Amino acid sequence: MKFADFICFKAVIPGLRAGDRDGVIAELVSALDKAGKLGKGNREDIIKAVIRREKEASTGLGRGVAIPHVKHPVVKDVVAAIGQSSAGIDFSALDKQPVYTVILLISPVDNPDKHLQAMENVFRHLQQEKFRKFLRQCQKAEQIEDLLREADESPFL
Amino acid sequence: MRTGKGSVEKLVCEAEVEIKNADGLHMRPAMQFVDVANRFSSDVTVAAGDNIADGKSIMQMSMLAATCGTRLKIKAEGSDAQKVVGALRELVEEKMFGEPPRR
Repeated sequence: MKFADFICFKAVIPGLRAGDRDGVIAELVSALDKAGKLGKGNREDIIKAVIRREKEASTGLGRGVAIPHVKHPVVKDVVAAIGQSSAGIDFSALDKQPVYTVILLISPVDNPDKHLQAMENVFRHLQQEKFRKFLRQCQKAEQIEDLLREADESPFL
Repeated sequence: MRTGKGSVEKLVCEAEVEIKNADGLHMRPAMQFVDVANRFSSDVTVAAGDNIADGKSIMQMSMLAATCGTRLKIKAEGSDAQKVVGALRELVEEKMFGEPPRR
């Protein structure tokens, strides 16, 4: 799977306003909601579900990256939002370091394989130091979109 | 195999296991896998098809995207190689990460 298959480019936030985990989750879910990806009236429910999942075990896997996610019946395909924070957010990450890049995924309940394929793509690129660095340098939503589309064409980015 | 003075014996152990829980190796199972692997001193590598991951790295394990039915080749090298492979096989195939199998 490629970024363009599941990243909602209308929900790309280069400068997150929120400074804490729950605020960032709400900001990203709201961006997906505004882009029309979450149906009507599901925003609050999804925010709560993502936070609940995050409390069970942090998705901050280290290297300044967190991937909060949840399965929800409102989506038929995986949809994701991306946010960047220059200040860094406390996500209770495994390496106890602040998180600068947050990719939030909402996956369908009945298609676990699709969820895994989207995750595979996310981690394949986030493993690359160059990719993480480029992502953090992006200051505009268009730059992030360009980078992700470029990554879709280049397995080494 | 001995590799010189002062070194400990290096054992190699391999096993193939199948992912049996319906949701596959998503983030929480991957974390459990890495937790178990890290209780041992041996190096652990996991192969799914052409992809090879460090069994002690959560990012690399998540990258495998191993779905239900995927076969993983677990390879351990070190003094407790056999023990770690046994513990990982139990986690994947018997405990199924504490998750339900495919209906």
